[in-house]
Order: sequence, then structure tokens, then C-alpha cells
Amino acid sequence: MTAEDKPRIGVYICHCGENIAGAVDVEEVRKFAEKLPDVVVARDYLFMCSDPGQEIIKEDIRKGLVNRVVVAACTPRTHEPIFRKACEDAGLNKYYFEMANIRDQCSWAHWHEKEKATEKAKLLVAAAVAKARLLEPLEDRYVELNKDVMVLGGGIAGIFAALDLANAGFKVYLVEKSPSIGGNMAKLDKTFPTNDCSACILTPLMVEVANHPNVELITYAEVESVDGTVGNFKVKVRKKQTYVDWDKCTGCGACLNVCPPKARVPDEYNEGLSTRGAIYIAFPQAVPKKAVIDPDACIRCGGRWFGEEPRKTKDGKPILAPCEKVCPTGACSRDEPRDPNGELIELNVGSIIVATGYRVMDKKHFKEYAPDSPNVITALQMERLISATGPTEGKLIVPSDIPKYLEWKKKIEKGKEAELEARKPHVITFVSCVGSRDERYHTYCSKVCCMYMLKQAMLLKEKYPDLEIYISFIDVRTPGKDFDEYYMRCRKLGIKIIKGKIGGVQRLPDERLLVKGYDAELGRPVELISDIVVLATAMEPNMDLKELARKLGISVGAEGFLKERHTKLYPVDTMTEGIFICGCAQGPKDIPDSVAQAKAAAASAMSLLAPGKMKVEPLISEVDQEKCIGCGICENLCPYGAITLVEVNGSRKSKINETLCKGCGVCAAACPSKAITLHGFTYEQVLAQIRTIAAKKVVEV
Amino acid sequence: MSEVSEEWEPNIVVIACNWCTYQAADLAGSLRYSYPPTVKVVRVPCSGRVEPEFVLEALFNGADGVLIGGCHLGDCHYKNGNYKALKRYEWLKEIISELGIEPERVRLEWISGSEGLKFAEVMKEFDATIRKLGPNPLKG
Repeated sequence: MTAEDKPRIGVYICHCGENIAGAVDVEEVRKFAEKLPDVVVARDYLFMCSDPGQEIIKEDIRKGLVNRVVVAACTPRTHEPIFRKACEDAGLNKYYFEMANIRDQCSWAHWHEKEKATEKAKLLVAAAVAKARLLEPLEDRYVELNKDVMVLGGGIAGIFAALDLANAGFKVYLVEKSPSIGGNMAKLDKTFPTNDCSACILTPLMVEVANHPNVELITYAEVESVDGTVGNFKVKVRKKQTYVDWDKCTGCGACLNVCPPKARVPDEYNEGLSTRGAIYIAFPQAVPKKAVIDPDACIRCGGRWFGEEPRKTKDGKPILAPCEKVCPTGACSRDEPRDPNGELIELNVGSIIVATGYRVMDKKHFKEYAPDSPNVITALQMERLISATGPTEGKLIVPSDIPKYLEWKKKIEKGKEAELEARKPHVITFVSCVGSRDERYHTYCSKVCCMYMLKQAMLLKEKYPDLEIYISFIDVRTPGKDFDEYYMRCRKLGIKIIKGKIGGVQRLPDERLLVKGYDAELGRPVELISDIVVLATAMEPNMDLKELARKLGISVGAEGFLKERHTKLYPVDTMTEGIFICGCAQGPKDIPDSVAQAKAAAASAMSLLAPGKMKVEPLISEVDQEKCIGCGICENLCPYGAITLVEVNGSRKSKINETLCKGCGVCAAACPSKAITLHGFTYEQVLAQIRTIAAKKVVEV
Repeated sequence: MSEVSEEWEPNIVVIACNWCTYQAADLAGSLRYSYPPTVKVVRVPCSGRVEPEFVLEALFNGADGVLIGGCHLGDCHYKNGNYKALKRYEWLKEIISELGIEPERVRLEWISGSEGLKFAEVMKEFDATIRKLGPNPLKG
């Protein structure tokens, strides 16, 4: 090592305003740091990451005073890149930088123990200096980026993310689990705070994204596995078996009416308020408008399944299933066998946007609210009940009479005369915070319930002024542009607000409901008889979200929604580079917020991919083939198949493919001859830190 | 850094994976969950990076307790590094016992990035365990 290369470490201690200085005696740490081996200067500043703060470091580098930098500040999680860049700008290799975490992991955690926090901060600085003495210069690598993007989820967030990317010229694979895109928004009647018709603003976008030349729509499909890394993800997508030939299906719907009553199951689109056949089209405005057969519901009419010979009538004619018989294009033909596992599609993409949305919590959990009563419904069911595309075409009747309505409709359609004997509601009660803000279920606020209850109440009251509507709130939460004005409009319409919690709902013999609650403003219990009770049940993470997160290598938070890289600074990024999140998969939010996040995720993916190549940190493993004994332990351990054994001068040597290596260091930890170095976390560097902390002084390695 | 203090305080080294336990430690701080300042974290990319020597060296150099923190099984950022950590940990425990060190001084925990509270709780509990055991017998 020449004198030039000998470490001359500068230690820079940040006060972070009061955040560090409030619990750590910065001057004491500075004085201590000054005396550490190879440290030539130790300085402190109010905000080290600010422009003048960075300038202090740069100036020392430019003057040639320091050639290694240690910053003791917040956390490398957010600020390591910032300080590395400062080093680089001043002409120092940016990997000659190390950080001591004395805020998140010291001052904040030990706020009331100033002396001990100061001692700990000193030790953390000493450990960082111990590592800094052993740092090596590294060169960034560049990887070529595949510019295609996969967007997961075809709800409003996924549609917007896909459209923005496609309009910017990126190829997008839009993958949706259901047979149609549209998501939960397609089930809504109107949207707050403008009362726009949901279908009117959503369906044109569904059509636009599906017809976009840069978008390949893959519906009724789910992600099976994800491999690779930013710029080069390899995704296997399982396209489920539709049992209908989509190339031939025109979406005419002829099959829907002939599917026998025995094969009918609850209709997902109407949230179970009506039924659908085993063969069905998701909803009338579905995109793509194609039928699928639900194999669990299908009763295999004519005793025939796909690929089986049809039975014959006495006169030798084949007996076909009704859907098969009625289909004008042959899309429903059962002549050919079909693989129940569907088809595996492999996609290569550079970035992935996850927009898989949410689900509404089921009412069945809430025994206190008489979930067995058909007239106790979730707010999303209410949405279907008042929608023109709902089970009653938007005619307001009590849900227990929907079967009567459907029978009546059938008679009318057949040209018979019939009288509709369904009961119209007079009183409707809304119950807030069902499963949200409740320690038994979800402690978070679902954010949209106050507003959608007000919306439904307003729509009902405007259409049926004689209706008596009660909304119970624990609190009314209307933070948003025009939201509180919306609330006031509801109050002026005569919608009655109960400030308090509904304790229970009792089902009465006539299918009405006895609602018992406490009105905090009146200061006494209240009881009312209601025809319909609407539960504002929580927005929940989808059932399979955790599983999907595992496949993608991203994390979920304690409440189960996808976790962003940083709440404030990187709200649509994840800990896995190249994977972005948006919409309700990240947490409950309304449509404008979902759209804003979707556009942010699309923009993030674009700025990542547009240059066509990207810098990657060279913090990966390398084999010293001189030391390697060719045992092959590392080859088996590598989770990415990055290690192969090659022949070098007649002997077996391990070789690491640097584009596949992600730098976990499992190989370095296992190598019996210490032939593998994980750059950035070398054996010597980590050991130096550990020994320093253990011995409470800088120990030579 | 007072090397010999009248009142003995444990010295605990936590070797934390970058993606879960290190994040949890940050989160504990930002949510102001306090835990004993005897705990000091060293960052590694993955619990699978942890060489048994790291733990032994910590003990040989005077640490009273060592905790390895990783992602929950199945949640490893690098697919399965934590399974490798688990295997090495089981083996480490045996070695430590043979060296005459209480196996409770070395611990493996899965703490995810969102479990700030768990991080603080585990650290409090580990600190209490080490206090009960007293100073590292190797320190003589």
C-alpha cells in the first residue's frame, strides 16, 4: 500500500437538528472519533445531508485531506446513496464510504438515556471506522434493461399504469386474475365526491387499454413464478382454462340463458345478491367480453366433458350440452380435450407494477350484526343493489325479496303478465367502521367508508326523498378536496347522523331488523327498526397477496398490504428494485389516490427503463480462483444458479456469473477456503465491525 | 468507552439482514420503541451471509450475547438464505456448548421489516436473558 492509498478517514457526525443531538452528545462523539486509528478529521454539522453539509465532506475530499468517508447519521437505508453520490461528485470512489446508524438505531431508540446513547454512538462510529479502513474501490456495473413491463391487476390502478406506459411507447403485459378487467370499480354505481357514474368513466378506459397496440391483455391468469432481477425478470403466468374457445367466442351471451338452474352459483359481480350460470360472462360491459366455464359449478350436461365422445340419442344423434348446442360459433364445443391446468405463458420484462387491489371484508365475521339476514348487506352489495347493472336493474327493494324480483322478471320476459310483490325499504341504517379501527380485526382506517356511506345515502335520498336514512359514525372522516362539503350536503338533505357505535342488529320475523346503538350526542341508547342495514366493512388485502409478494420477493406490512420502500420518499417503490406498487394493494385508498399512485408507478418504471441500461451496485461475490479448491459447495448453495464449476488449467474452479449474482453472500459464508469475497461485506470488513463492537475498541483484523 | 465499569452492562451484537431485521431496527427507532442501548447492530445483506466465525469471534472478543436476525422463513429477499442461517445456527449452538458457553447467549430471530415493535421486544428480552447469565465466561 502506498502512502497515497493509506486510509485517511474523515468522520462526519450529523446532529439531524435535534433528532440525534437531543440524545447523543455529538461533541463527545466527535472528540472520540478524532482519536480512532486512521482518522484524520472528525467534524459535525446540523444537517450533514443538506447542501452545506455535503459541501463540508466534498471540500475535505477535494483538498486531499480524506480518502475514506464515514458519516454518522440517520440510516443507510435512505441516505447511503446520497452520501455516496457526494463522494463521487468530489472525485472519490463512492465505495470508500461507510455509514454509522446513530439516529434510527441509537438516538431515537434511547432518547431518555443520553449517556448510554452517546456511548453506543461512539461504538457504532468506531465499528464504521474499522470497516472503512478495509474498504476497497469498486466500479459500478451496467446491465441492459428489457423495456417491457408487466402490470399485475386490471382494476383502475392497473389500467392507468398500463395506459401511461403504453402511451409512452413501452410494451405492457396487463395480467388480470378475473376473466375481465375493471376490478372493484366496475361494481360501483357512482363515485364520490362528484357522483360520476362509475361505468361511464371506467368502461371507456377498459376499452382503450384493451385496444392499445402496445398492450397485451392476459386475463383469467395468475403469476406462477418470478425469476431474475431488475431489467430482466422472467415471469411465468398461468392462463387458467376458460373451457371456451376465446378465438371463436363473440360474447353474444346465448350460452348464458341455457345453463340449467342446478348449475347456478352466487354471482361474483353482484356480490352474491344474484346467481350466475356455470358458463358466464363476468358482466355485460366486460373486457374482453368472453364467456368462461366454471368447472366447479358445471354439472356436465349430457354426461359429457371435454374430449369425451357424446352420448347418442335412440336415433343416433349426439347429445350435446345446451351451451354447446346454442353457441353460434362453436366456441363452446366439447369435442376437444382441455387441460384443466390451462396454459403457461412465459414473459420477459424489465419491470413489474403490482396493482392487484383489495377485497371487501365479508359480513359473516360480525355475528353481532345478524349476518345471516339477507337484509344485512355490505356496502359493496348496496352498490350493486342501486346500480342499473345490478340484480334489480337499480330498483330499490329489500334484498330478501330479490328472488321474487328475479321470478317476476322471468315471467315478464316470457311475455306473461305479473305483479311485482317485492317490498320497498322505508328505513336504511348504515354502520361504520365494521372491521376497521377494531382491534379484533384491522386496526387501520379503511379510509373510504365514511365517504361511500355518505355517497350511498345521498344517492338514495335524492332518488327516494321519503326514505329515512341513518348513518352511525364513530367519527366522520372527510379529509379531501370537496369532501366535507359533500358531508354537509348530506346533512342538509336530512340524512340523520348517529354519533356512536351500533352495538347489535337483531333479525325480526318479518325480515326487518332491530338496530341497537348508543348515541353519544344524545347520551343515551337508541333503537330503530330498519329494512336494510348496510355494513361498511373494511378493505382487506386480497387472500393471495402474501403469496404473490413472496413470489415477487417484496414484503407485506403487519396489516397485510404491500409494503413500500419508504413511506414518504419512495411510496410506490419496493425493496426489490424494478418492482413498483400502486392502488389498494398498497393500502386502502380512493379512486383519485389509486390513479395518482398508478401514474407515479408508471412514471417510476419509465424513468428506470427509458435509458435502456442501468447502473447496478457491484456488491456481489467474486471468486479468487487461486484459492478455490473446486469443492463445489457454493454451486449448490447459490439460490440464483449464478455459480458454475469450470475447468481452469486442468482443475475445477468455481465461477460466478455477475449478472445473475444478487450479492446475498451465502457462498462467501460457506466457502471453506475463503476464496469467495462478497464485495461491500467482505469477511474482513464484517469481522472488523463485530470485533470492534465486541471488544469496545478498534481491533485489527 | 469505559472498558471496565463498576456496574456491569451486557454488550450485545446483533447481526441483522439488510432487508428485514435491519429495517425493523430502523422502524423501532422511528416509532420510538425503546430497547436497551446494550444492543448494537451490524448490517449484512442476508442472514445467510453470517459465518459461524462471526458469532464465535464476537464471543471471543468479549460480546456477552449475539443475535442473528433474518427475514421470516419463506420471506427471504434472497429466496432461502435464512434456511441456511438456521442450519448453521443449529450447528453453532453445539459448538458453543462444547466451548463451555451457555447456548442462550446466541440466538436466531426472524423479524420482518414491519415488526419494529417485535424488534424492541426481542431486544429487551434478550438483554434480560444475558443479564441473568452474567458476563461472558470467556472474558475471564
